[in-house]
This record gives sequence, structure tokens and C-alpha cells, in this order.
Amino acid sequence: MDVLLAVLSGFLLAPLAPWLDRRLGKRWGWMWALVPLGLFLFFLRFVPALARGEAFTRRVPWIPRLDIHLSFHLDGLSVLFALLISGIGALIFLYAARYLEGHPHRGRFFLLLLGFMASMLGLVLAENALALFVFWELTSLSSYLLIGFEHERESARSAALQALLVTGAGGLALLTGWILLGQIGGGFEITQWRSQREQLIVHPHARWALALILLGAFTKSAQFPVHFWLPNAMEAPTPVSAYLHSATMVKAGVYLLARLQPIFGTMDLWGATIVPVGAVTFSLGALLAVRQSEAKRLLAYSTVSALGLLTLLLGIGTPTAVTAAMVFLLAHALYKAALFLIAGILDHETGVREPERLAGLRRAMPITTVAAVLAAASLAGLPPSLGFLSKELFYEALRAAPRWPLLLLGNAVLAGMALVAVAGLMGVRPFFGRERSELQFLHEAPRPLWLGPLLLGLSGTIAGLWPAGVERTLLNPAITATLGQPAHIHLAAWHGLNPTLLLSALTIAGGVGVYTGRGIVRALAVPRVLARFTPSAGYAALLNGIFTLARFQTRVLQSGHLRYYLLTIIAWTVGIVGYPLLRRADGIALRRSAPEHMMDIGLALLIPLAALAAVRFTSRLAAIAALGVVGYAIALLYMIFGAPDLALTQFMVESLTVILFVLVFYRLPRFATLSGRWARARDVVVSALAGGVVSALVLSVLEMSPPNVISEYFVHKSVPEAHGRNVVNVILVDFRALDTLGEITVLALAGLGVYALMRLRVEE
Amino acid sequence: MRRGRIEHSSDVHERGAPVPSSEWERASMILGVAVRALLPLLLLFSIFLLLRGHHAPGGGFVGGLVAAAAVALYALAYGATAAQQLLRLSPRGLIAAGLMTALASGLVGPLMGAPFLTGRWVKVGHLELGTPLLFDVGVYLVVIGVTLWIILTLAEE
Repeated sequence: MDVLLAVLSGFLLAPLAPWLDRRLGKRWGWMWALVPLGLFLFFLRFVPALARGEAFTRRVPWIPRLDIHLSFHLDGLSVLFALLISGIGALIFLYAARYLEGHPHRGRFFLLLLGFMASMLGLVLAENALALFVFWELTSLSSYLLIGFEHERESARSAALQALLVTGAGGLALLTGWILLGQIGGGFEITQWRSQREQLIVHPHARWALALILLGAFTKSAQFPVHFWLPNAMEAPTPVSAYLHSATMVKAGVYLLARLQPIFGTMDLWGATIVPVGAVTFSLGALLAVRQSEAKRLLAYSTVSALGLLTLLLGIGTPTAVTAAMVFLLAHALYKAALFLIAGILDHETGVREPERLAGLRRAMPITTVAAVLAAASLAGLPPSLGFLSKELFYEALRAAPRWPLLLLGNAVLAGMALVAVAGLMGVRPFFGRERSELQFLHEAPRPLWLGPLLLGLSGTIAGLWPAGVERTLLNPAITATLGQPAHIHLAAWHGLNPTLLLSALTIAGGVGVYTGRGIVRALAVPRVLARFTPSAGYAALLNGIFTLARFQTRVLQSGHLRYYLLTIIAWTVGIVGYPLLRRADGIALRRSAPEHMMDIGLALLIPLAALAAVRFTSRLAAIAALGVVGYAIALLYMIFGAPDLALTQFMVESLTVILFVLVFYRLPRFATLSGRWARARDVVVSALAGGVVSALVLSVLEMSPPNVISEYFVHKSVPEAHGRNVVNVILVDFRALDTLGEITVLALAGLGVYALMRLRVEE
Repeated sequence: MRRGRIEHSSDVHERGAPVPSSEWERASMILGVAVRALLPLLLLFSIFLLLRGHHAPGGGFVGGLVAAAAVALYALAYGATAAQQLLRLSPRGLIAAGLMTALASGLVGPLMGAPFLTGRWVKVGHLELGTPLLFDVGVYLVVIGVTLWIILTLAEE
């Protein structure tokens, strides 16, 4: 199977999902898990070769003229992500099939989930920056639809919109950054940028490009101060939170940083922005997590914190830091997805969302308890889990950080303590202690629900016990790809008694303290002044500001009076056409050419007379007839000057106007003079200006030389290439058919608009 | 019930259709008779304009306008409902069909390895048929649809 097919398979299957899911019936929903499972096995086959240091590229031209290709690059980093996406995906699909069993829109859910998975795979495998951007936006879009899956709820809709606006704005910044880089480097292939990094980073625009790209990465990975969308995204069904908003999509920003580390890692801006942002997000997320009572929000804030740590480590960028980042990435994906799924189980089985209100579930749900304990141990960094290893490593990396090591270390210990408390809340609190009497009729969750968390929890523990295995196969290739050079790491469960181990012990002890004293942490009141300046309040204010502005300008521009619309349109046209005409220094020379026919003179006199009559007449019928005279006279002019197509159309338009007029004649209000003296004077000035400007424009067009380059081309190519002698029509349906296609689409939309307007009036 | 088809003008009378609905009672009989004679001619003329457009003045746009004017005249004489039934396909359907036709004519190119909307031609005898003609048919249908949508909505009101 081909990489291209592997990425696109999700997109190809997605549209069939609603239909297929109905055909499968609710019991066979687990079949959906076969898609990600197959992809997982596909990517697994690359692992041995990647471990030997090979990499694969597959390139399909997409829009070659714009240098956009569907090119995919499989190296250690992208395949690690692809394995996480497809592997965790398989468990999530299995879980979701049971979790949403009997839900009327399960098929639609799988449509979105498959689409997301395919976009995410495309994102991490893409080698072309613009293709990466397209997949990046597709993940934002599918995230939007999945957060708002239960769209009847207002809170779900606004959370979805918030996530889309924040990540979408970041996506636009990313695109701008890519384009800047493409301008500097002359291409959009990331490996190519990597090979010319010396020239790239000294370019004066490189700083701007980097800043924009970082903006994209930070919004996607929910970094402070735009972290607020992630906890709100918990409105999504739990499998979505576990998949998109902990294990995969939110890591896209981190992935991007890892991908770009070999290019920009040495720039000052890199460390100077990423490290502080990551550090603040790391500890703030962890502290806010302890204050939450709902399981999913609690986990969401701890995810924010984890993303902060990953960002921080990639910002430091030393080989130890990158190693720590990759180990933590794997550990986090395993335990956080498991914990989210467990939160879903608790909600599903007990209907309770707050871990504090549960206790003693270990008797009723032994398997879930095992999974929760394993995952929580990894979160808390207890040996022998992979989480413990990663904690050791990141303390190591922070100690050796080139900048502010003590500050970073203190910050990390603080955050670590809070995360231990989170682990206690998720892994200990609901399962141990005295059984609640009202919960004693509970039973274990069905197999598809506990299978995922259990496998994820076990993998984290096995990886912690036998780190050499994952190190050789998964982590080493990923670290090598991120650093741009081979790394020599050695993971071990036991590093001996050293300061790092002491820090770990201190963190756990402190964490137990925070867990016991969590009541105090929660009771701490945020000062009211501070609460008004939170980032999410800023978001709300910005959004409201935009709405207010929109209402204001709608009120100004859309008065509801046709005469003001016309006035605005005409005055504006006069302005933007007249200004450049006035700026032309040479002025307009009037060429004297005698009219060829008496007919021309007659028409030239008739048109202004009829127009004047239309203005002066006091009867509507007469005024309309006078306007008709203007129209038909213009059509005659077209005839005379050799534009029969235009003339025909003009005749038809005039005739249809008559029919329209007949239809509405009896319904029109009294024909009255609505405008006063001043308004009329203003209208005279505007219309005189409009007439003057158009005349000047026509005259100046005649002055231009050479005026007919393109028309010569059309005239010459019309018969040999387009088999048509009517050049006007050939332009419309062949040379410029795309424009016409656009125009008829607009026409259709205009029709829809008229219909809606008139229906609206009828219903009133 | 099939009503208002021009070929069956005699049974149109027998079944009392197209009956001017109450609001159209004042419609003139002269107009009614004239329209029934004019409608086929105008429709034929519109197709003539559409087909000759590639070599001589005409084309889908103006052809569509003529056809729409013909049906609009019919609506003036017999009411919007009768005109709607004459059309069989609703104006919305015409628009959709037109857009789809235009799009389909554009997709012939990509199917044959050329860019979107590339003109492709076949020769049948000495008659040259090409995708631009199909495209023009799309324009024709959209123009009829939009014009009639607006006019019939106005007339129904």
C-alpha cells in the first residue's frame, strides 16, 4: 500500500460513513476500528527501516505551478506521530462505537472522526509546507464540527466556534509565515528549507516568518494566553476529547516546533519566546487543573500544562531536552488518552462527572481501576512508568538549560506537584475509600470501553519497565529526526541516586501535600481585578467589539432605503474611478470626429431628453416609459457601433423590465416626491458627477495606446482554437468560461437572495 | 394533473385549465390567445439563439432571456401557478440543472487530462460539437431559472 492511499483512505471512507454505519447496525460499530488499526500496521512496517536510519519520501504533484505538492516524508518524527494517531485512533474508534451505541448520528460522528484522522495523518506526514497548512486547517475544521457535535446545546456551539476562531486565526498566521519563508527560500518543501537553513535564518524577514509560525503553533497547542479554548472544547463527546484534545490534534503545534527545530533552533527568537510561553503554560495549566471539579476540565487543564512542558523543552532544544520531549510526548499520549477514556467510563456508568463525588469504585469496576491506577501513576511520574522516566529526563534537561535553569526547575517542580494532585484525583479518589451506598449497584464497564484505557495504561508501564525497546524502535529515530543529527541517548529505569531523583521524590511528596490540601488551593479567590483581565475575557471582549462594529457599519450602509443604497454605490464609484482620472496629469484631449450618421446625433439627443423626462414626469407610467426609451436607444447605439450581442441582450432586459413592472404595478405605493429641495440638489450633483466621470473614463480609454492587445489575440484564436466565429460568445463560453461559471453562480445566488427577500416580506 | 401544456390546447379548454385564478380574471383574452400562439415561437426562437450563438449574435444568455420572457408572458396571461406547471421543473431545479451542466462541461477536460474547462470537440459529419456548447446550455438554463424565479415569485405574491 502506498503512503498517499494511507493518508487519503480516511477521506475516501468518510463520506460513506453515515450510510455504512446504518447498514452495519449498532452492534457492528467496532468494525470502524479496523480502519485505524490497518493504518497502524501499515506504519509499523516502516519502523525497522527507520530504526536503521532510513527515511522515505513520496511526492505527487498537486498544483505544480504554485509549488504545492502532496509530498509526504516518513522519518522517525512523522512516523511516531502517525503511529500515535492510528494506534490510539483504533482504541478510540472501538470505544466510540460502544459509547455512542444507539446514538442517531453515530455515522455522522464516524464521518467526522475519519476525516479528522486522515487530516491529522496528512499534517504530520506532509513534506510540503502548504499541503501541511491545508491539513492543519482541516484538523481545525473537523475539531470545530466535533466539539459542536451536540449542536443543540448553545454551550457546545459557542465552544466550537471559539476553538475554530482561535486555531483558525493561528492557521492564517501560519500560512503567512509559510509564504514568507517560501519567498525567502524559493520553494515550500521543508527538507529543502532544512538544507538551506544558513541562508534562511540570516534573512531579515526570517524573524517575522518565525514569529508568525510560532503564533500558529501556540494557538493550536493551546499555549498561554490562548489556552482557554482547550478546556472549553470539553463540550465535545468524550472520545473526541481523548483523541483530538489530548493525544493528537493539540500536539500539532508541538509537532511543528519539533519539525522546525533543526531550521530555527539556533535563532535567538526561538528560545526567547518559546521557553517563557511554554514555562508559563506548564505551571499555570497544572495549577488551574487542581482548581477544577469536573473530570474532563481537570484533565483538559493538565493537558494544557503538558503541552506547555513539551513546548518548553523544544524551545530549550538541547539534545537532552529534545529527548525528554519525545519521551514525554509518548508517555503523555498514552496516559492522558487513557484517563480521558476513564473519565468517559465514569460518566457513562455513574452519570457523575466530578471525581470528588465518587469513591470506592474498585470493587464494582476492577479493570477500570487497574487502568486508572496505571495511567495515573504515569501522570504522577511514579516508577516504573514511562512518566517517571520522562520526568527524570526533563528535570535533567531543565537543570542543564542554557538559560534560567533554576527558575525553570522551580517552576517545573511546582507544576509537577500540581500534576501529582491531578493524578490523585483521577486515579485514587474515585476508586478507593469507602463505597458509597448509592453507587453499589454499579458494574464494570463493557469490554470495548475498558479495553482502550487498559491497553494504554499497560503500554505506558511496559515502556517504563523496558525502555530500551521503545528507545531503539520509536524514540531514537524521532529524536534523530528532530535534532537533525543522530542522538545517543540511553534510557534506563534506574539512574542511581542523583539530584534529579531527589527532585522527583520531592515533587511526589509535595504533590501528596497538594492533593491533601486541594481544598485550600480551590478556596483561593482570584482577585476580581484579575478576573476581568483573563485571556478568555479578552476573547469575549474582542468578539463583542467585532459584533458592535458590524452592527454599526450595517446600520450606516444598510439603511433599508433603496435611494440611499443607490446614492452610496454611485458616489463610491465616482470616487474610486474619478480620483485616478484626476491624477492623470495629461488630461483628456477631445478628439473631433464627425458623426457618421444622422442617426447617431438623433440618438445622442434622444437619450438625455428621455432621461430628463423620466426625472420630470409626475406619472409613474410615463416615467417608466421614458426610462424604457433610454434603454432602447442605448440598445440601438450598440447596434450601430457593431455590438449586436450587447444590443440583443439590452433589448431583452428592457422587455423583461416591462413585464416585471406590469407585475408589480398595482402594488406600488403612491408615486410621490419623497426628497426635499436639498436632497434633490445633492442627487443632481451626484448624478452629474457620475455622468461626467463615466464620460471622462470613456474618453481617456480612447486615448490609451495600444488599446486592443488582448482582443487581437481573441480575434485570431477564436476560429482555429475555439471553432467559433462569434468572438463575444467564444470569450464567454470558452476563453473566459471560468469567469462565466462564476457569474452564473452569482446570478443563482442573487436569485436566491431576491426570493428570500420577497418570501420574508410575505411572511411578515 | 397535467395542465397547461401547449400541445394540448384543446383539452386545456375541456378541463377548464389553465384557468385564470380569481386574481387573474381581469387578464385580457387577447393576451391569452396571443400568448398561446407566441409561446412556442418564442421558445423555438430562444433555442435558435442559443444554438447560433457560437458563430453569430446570440448565445445562452440572451436565449435564456427570451425563453424566460416567453414563460413570463404566459404567467401574465394565465397566472403564476399555470406557468409553474408549464415548466414542469421548478425555477430552482432549472438553476441547479444549469449549474451542474456548466460544471459537467468543465469536467470533460480534466477527465481527458487537460485543465478544467478546456474546450473539447467532436466532429459528427460536418457538425462540430463541443463542450462550450454544453456550457452555453448551462448558462441558458441558469438564466431562465433565475429570471423566472424572480418573476414568478413576484407574480405569486
